Amino acid sequence: MSTLALQRAADALDLSARADAPGPPPGLPVTVRGLRKAFGETEVLAGLDLHIPAGQFVAVVGKSGCGKSTLLRLMVGLDTPSAGEVRVGSERAAARASRLMFQEPRLLPWARVVANVEVGLDPAIPAAQRREQALQALREVGLDDRAGEWPSVLSGGQKQRVALARALVSRPRFLALDEPLGALDALTRIEMQGLVERIWTAQRFTAVLVTHDVGEAVALADRILVIDAGRVALDLPVDVPRPRRRGDPGLAALEGRIIGHLFNDQGLGI
Amino acid sequence: MARHIPQGAIGWLLPVALVAVWEAASRLGEIPANVLPAPSGVVAAAVRLARTGELAQNIGVSTLRALSGFVVGGGIGLALGLANGLSSLSERVTDTTLQMIRNVPHLAMIPLVILWFGIDEEAKLFLVALGVFFPIYINTLHGIRGVDPQLVEMGRVYGMSPARLFWRVILPGALPSIFVGLRYALGIMWLTLIVAETISASSGIGYMAMQAREFLLVDVVVLSIVIYALLGKLADSVARLLERLSLQWHPAFQTR
Repeated sequence: MSTLALQRAADALDLSARADAPGPPPGLPVTVRGLRKAFGETEVLAGLDLHIPAGQFVAVVGKSGCGKSTLLRLMVGLDTPSAGEVRVGSERAAARASRLMFQEPRLLPWARVVANVEVGLDPAIPAAQRREQALQALREVGLDDRAGEWPSVLSGGQKQRVALARALVSRPRFLALDEPLGALDALTRIEMQGLVERIWTAQRFTAVLVTHDVGEAVALADRILVIDAGRVALDLPVDVPRPRRRGDPGLAALEGRIIGHLFNDQGLGI
Repeated sequence: MARHIPQGAIGWLLPVALVAVWEAASRLGEIPANVLPAPSGVVAAAVRLARTGELAQNIGVSTLRALSGFVVGGGIGLALGLANGLSSLSERVTDTTLQMIRNVPHLAMIPLVILWFGIDEEAKLFLVALGVFFPIYINTLHGIRGVDPQLVEMGRVYGMSPARLFWRVILPGALPSIFVGLRYALGIMWLTLIVAETISASSGIGYMAMQAREFLLVDVVVLSIVIYALLGKLADSVARLLERLSLQWHPAFQTR
């Protein structure tokens, strides 16, 4: 059933790509300068510099507690930096043009699926138009037939697809993803990766994905950042053309190199 | 055979059987009428009092007292629960005082209330309001505290204004707990009213029962008790209906 749903999602994407003939607004460039964040005595980010060109898909990997989630929260303005700054487009960490997808779906249990997606829209938009846009976003993730359900009857993967629709419904120009697939089972995860890649290809927002899964990072991203001790320790382009095949030797080599780097720091020397 | 009985009827099997046994025992003379009249006797008393209009008047007076006390006390409890759940300043200012007052059983206030208000309507209203205040206050506060902070964070990240955050996230999240408080408060509401009317009143069901006791009309006394039971059950049913309507999203209330 979900393969069918994803097929329909792919069709909907083609339609929407054609409907918005000039294309949705392209992504915003993200610039990070001298970013520091300390919680009490602990310095989580120690002067991080980074530039992400418009429309690039960046994956951030690193060991637990390396500061990658903190970086993401600063990028969407959920936290304030101790020093330095984040610019999304020409503004400081902007609210409206950015969206964050959490590790958990965080759907409102008391709102129907479609109403949950509408949470992502400006309440000033007329209700009928909000409903229409929410249904379109649900179509893109292949869940328009579940619009009237309560979130509690959906599976984990479906909930996360609703959360994706909620994040995308306002056509953000910068999407931050905080391990959104981390809690899903392996197969659902692969399906979701495909969905995220297709939507990104169609809409060309700037994307930053924080993940523990190096395989997921190399499969999706244009560029991989390894964060260590609050700084960028490794900045690698992923030159494998899309669509990428799972098990592609180029991807595997890259994955090996990154994992090697992560463990070398610990002196395990793989 | 049980398959042919509608679901809703099962709960009534036991009370109906008890009434039948009671009626039979009375008719056979096992239960003397001056101890406990037969159910038919109680029904006859109800019909007699209904004809004179006394019954409807007393039920009306008691219900009005119960509801006005409930609205006043519940309203204040809800407002303070919301304020203290949302504002730590408000909580720091009032919570210690409220917890101290809470530990005084509200029925212990009766002598003082009689000194203050005599046996007028204010006395009943005050006692009922005081009684329903705490369950509503505590459960509202508890409900707001229990709202998932991750959802609140999501609301903020998605640009909800404080008012929108309250209506869309905090209040619906607190609602199941507020309903627990509501149902509990309804029980206390009737209990308080019965005690207050029995001790000091010149109308109402409690007064009707106390007057009947003086004239040894056991059937009217039993009738009063039955009316309290029915009114209590009715209030609880209304609360459950409201709960089901507003908590449709809750897995516990989904019929599938």
